[in-house]
Amino acid sequence: MTGLTITVQDLSVHFKDTRALDGVSMRIEAGSIHGLLGRNGSGKTTLLSTIAALRRPTRGTILVDGEDPFESERVMGDICLIRESGDVLTDEKIRTNLNYFADVRRHWDPDYAAELLDAFELSPRKRPDKLSRGQRSALGVTIGLASRAPVTFFDEVHLGMDAPSRYRFYDLLLADYVDHPRTIVLSSHLISEIEQLFATVTILDRGRVLIHDDAEELRSRGAALIGPAAAVRELTNGLQVLSTQSLGPTEKVTVFGSVDADLHRRARAADVEVGPVPMQDLFVHLTSGEES
Amino acid sequence: MFDGTEPIYIQIADQIRADIIAGRLNAGDQVMSTTQYATTYRINPATAAKAFAELVAEGVLYKQRGVGMFVADGAPERLRAERRNAFFADRLDPVLAEARMLGIEPADLLAYITNGGRR
Repeated sequence: MTGLTITVQDLSVHFKDTRALDGVSMRIEAGSIHGLLGRNGSGKTTLLSTIAALRRPTRGTILVDGEDPFESERVMGDICLIRESGDVLTDEKIRTNLNYFADVRRHWDPDYAAELLDAFELSPRKRPDKLSRGQRSALGVTIGLASRAPVTFFDEVHLGMDAPSRYRFYDLLLADYVDHPRTIVLSSHLISEIEQLFATVTILDRGRVLIHDDAEELRSRGAALIGPAAAVRELTNGLQVLSTQSLGPTEKVTVFGSVDADLHRRARAADVEVGPVPMQDLFVHLTSGEES
Repeated sequence: MFDGTEPIYIQIADQIRADIIAGRLNAGDQVMSTTQYATTYRINPATAAKAFAELVAEGVLYKQRGVGMFVADGAPERLRAERRNAFFADRLDPVLAEARMLGIEPADLLAYITNGGRR
């Protein structure tokens, strides 16, 4: 098993008078870890639910392994969407819930599921409605990982977990991904902890694709220039400026775009320091525009 | 860890080169696997694999199927020689430029060097 390729072409999903998704095109390679980033309400959940065939597109096409998930039982069964709500029977014991998933997920690994429950200190005798928010997220993670589905979506699941549980999740995810490579999408609006897990990234903004790129490539497109104000201003002239901070005679300008070797050379000559911009900062700057 | 402007795979490759140059890794030593790298530093395994591929292509590491990655014979000497060649331009020139700017005389620099790093 190596996961399935996902291709989305010109996808729109409209509810009454809202355009939840508006002409989204993207491609997620088989067997890669993809970061789906966007603010609340940007369309992340709508996109993942539509790929998972829980919703009908208003327009456009979705192909998973070359087939429309809505029309293909095989593909639909190979997509596992984990939402924070958990999608479990809340008044049945965890054990009963896991038995259900063991029936419907053809790659389900019961031993691994038991191991995960242990790792997250969850008792199979408990009922989901008696769990805390973090424990419910851990149950979702357990179901998502133990399903070993060729396409697995974790829709902001880790946001409800405390820091130690989140790190346990990242470690378990990576270790299992190495042993069982598959297509994994993590959606989030908190990025700093997980950006290095991604091979590729999509940033959604108000239902549209703002960025769809290699994670490394995206990171290299941002730069913070710090130095004498006049020199910094000259160097950043003509570049897409995301933010400017003035500190007396020194200025810090964050830019997005072609930060090439030539700019680095000219910066060094002008005593201007060029530093990296965390992906989280790029995301905040790129998506903080006023509503239009 | 991994906070420079350079892509992470380049930082990983640089770190392994530095370990070899400093003698923390010797010829024939096994290096961490892609999996160990990915889980230890919480990075995408493909990123770690890219760093290893670069070092294999350079002849710094070699791969033994099913066993792992090892430091190639002669790699420590070769890396040190490369670093020596780059030392004057990459390391010393910026120091000399700063010394000039600060008005430190060549004689002071020389004295400092011949004293083994004492003024």
